[in-house]
Amino acid sequence: MSALANHVEEARQAPSLAVSIQGLCKWYGSVQVLHDVDLEVATGEKIVICGPSGSGKSTLIRCINGLESHHAGRIVANGVELDGRTRGLEAIRREVGMVFQSFNLFPHLTILENLTIAPMLVRGTRRREAEALAMNYLERVHIPEQARKFPLQLSGGQQQRVAIARALCMQPKIMLFDEPTSALDPEMIKEVLDVMLELADTGMTMLVVTHEMGFARTVADRVVFMADGRKVEEGAPNRIFDHPQTERAHAFFRQVLKH
Amino acid sequence: MANTLQPLVSGRRNALDWWLRERVWPSPFHILLSFATLALVVPICVKIANWAIFDAVFVSTGPESCRDAVGACWAVIAEKHRVILFGLYPFDEQWRPTLAVAIYLITVIVTLTPRFWSLRLLVPLWTIAVFVIGALMYGGIGPLRIVPTTEWGGLALTMIMFSGTVILGFPIAVLLALGRRSHLALLRSVSVVLIETLRGVPLITILFVAVNVFPLFLPAGTNVDKLLRVTIGIAIFFACYQAETIRGGLQAVPEGQYEAAKALGLRYWQMTGRIILPQALRIAFPAIMNHVIAAMKNTSFVMIIGLFDILTATTAVMQDPVWRKYYVEAYTFAGFVYFAFGFALSIYARLMERRMNKGYVS
Repeated sequence: MSALANHVEEARQAPSLAVSIQGLCKWYGSVQVLHDVDLEVATGEKIVICGPSGSGKSTLIRCINGLESHHAGRIVANGVELDGRTRGLEAIRREVGMVFQSFNLFPHLTILENLTIAPMLVRGTRRREAEALAMNYLERVHIPEQARKFPLQLSGGQQQRVAIARALCMQPKIMLFDEPTSALDPEMIKEVLDVMLELADTGMTMLVVTHEMGFARTVADRVVFMADGRKVEEGAPNRIFDHPQTERAHAFFRQVLKH
Repeated sequence: MANTLQPLVSGRRNALDWWLRERVWPSPFHILLSFATLALVVPICVKIANWAIFDAVFVSTGPESCRDAVGACWAVIAEKHRVILFGLYPFDEQWRPTLAVAIYLITVIVTLTPRFWSLRLLVPLWTIAVFVIGALMYGGIGPLRIVPTTEWGGLALTMIMFSGTVILGFPIAVLLALGRRSHLALLRSVSVVLIETLRGVPLITILFVAVNVFPLFLPAGTNVDKLLRVTIGIAIFFACYQAETIRGGLQAVPEGQYEAAKALGLRYWQMTGRIILPQALRIAFPAIMNHVIAAMKNTSFVMIIGLFDILTATTAVMQDPVWRKYYVEAYTFAGFVYFAFGFALSIYARLMERRMNKGYVS
């Protein structure tokens, strides 16, 4: 009864707004790492978040699926508020996929098991269906032939593509990317970005923390520039890269766009 | 000089040639060292071989069989093996512990074989095994007469205590290790206090508590079997040590593994059981097996509180004035039984390590 009520509630709120963040604040001890951040992401929108290291961009997206807790402000993802209650957290994590800088594949499981474990445990999908789903996504990231291998037998680029497929196997509504190409050798960055481009074409809502400005220009509907835990500026990629309004953004983009 | 390349072309002759040249006599100094080692080892081996094999008496023809023996008197084993293996267990009923040990060994071998690893098989198997072994040893069912645990003894008793220790102790160890890393303050404090207290006292203290102190806290008239109390005591002691090795493994699992599992929506026990523990136990495996082997040998401590394990039984054999001078042979035999089980565990551990490393080397 209450599950049904929840479901109806979710469906009702659901959402032209995929993510809504208001007045988000977070401290590590006495250091404030997020200052009053607001961000609204429409369904299907692609947001690129960039800024110097330590600007709070990773922390911001890690707050969305509760890997970091926030101390003030409000986060609603996919119609569910993240209010510190376990049920809301689980509901959000089921619908929000995440890709990490260091891949974080499970090294003791095969590629196929990495992809099927969450659907089977969390969604209760049967093994046969979960494996079919996994093979489908492995094909979409162009490595179905690696299904029986173990993660550490793959290259970094392949591992990151598996990590994307693993998140997609939960059929999330929203995807978070935390510097997905920062740990990769240059020749592998492209294969991962290509997969992300293809994903963007499917209409997925994406929040991407990255320094790949070419990717941002092609894919992003909006670029958010952060510095010192504050959202300094946001706008269409061409506008924000070529005509930043603030000195801080101007200095940053002059550095990263130089080459 | 000492660095000719190991031959890539395999071939027994080449390999032997290389081994001799590089590992046995690469230089005059090494030749000297090799000979010095031989000179030390060979006489010892010869002496042991003479005593244990060539001058030994193997067949017992009665109390007089070893009177003229220069070497070992293995006849004492032939004469006394029933007591060593079965302790005080009634002589005519000793087929029962024999059968129990056989069932036990089969159960253990099945349990240790990866092909049979499914709870659907192992849980019923152990339930039946424990029940059958218990019924055989204790009796009271059908024609089997009751043999109270105070009369159990020898190898069967050692095995019962050892498996009881591992089967009870290991889950407790995992829970204590997880508890010690928990965010819940109370749970963590309880785990820390338990681990540190029990690690801080000798095993003997725990045995005395289990035997002498614990009954004082039971309501009058109730009685928990001494063997059970002792096994639980040893199991908890084992668990506290094992918890720390498991915690070491847990700490070596990168934070990213937790985050990835959480981000996929796995709950705490799903994450712990399927993602974190398998990796932690793999990392801690050599140390875990170390404690398991030690636990097997620690069961011999029960001699002090009068349980009749294989070592106590051997000591009892030596009360017999006719055979008491052959105590070296008797203890060597008991030692060999421990060694056989310990070494089997070591070999098994090595096989498992190789299996668990699958996927970690390209």
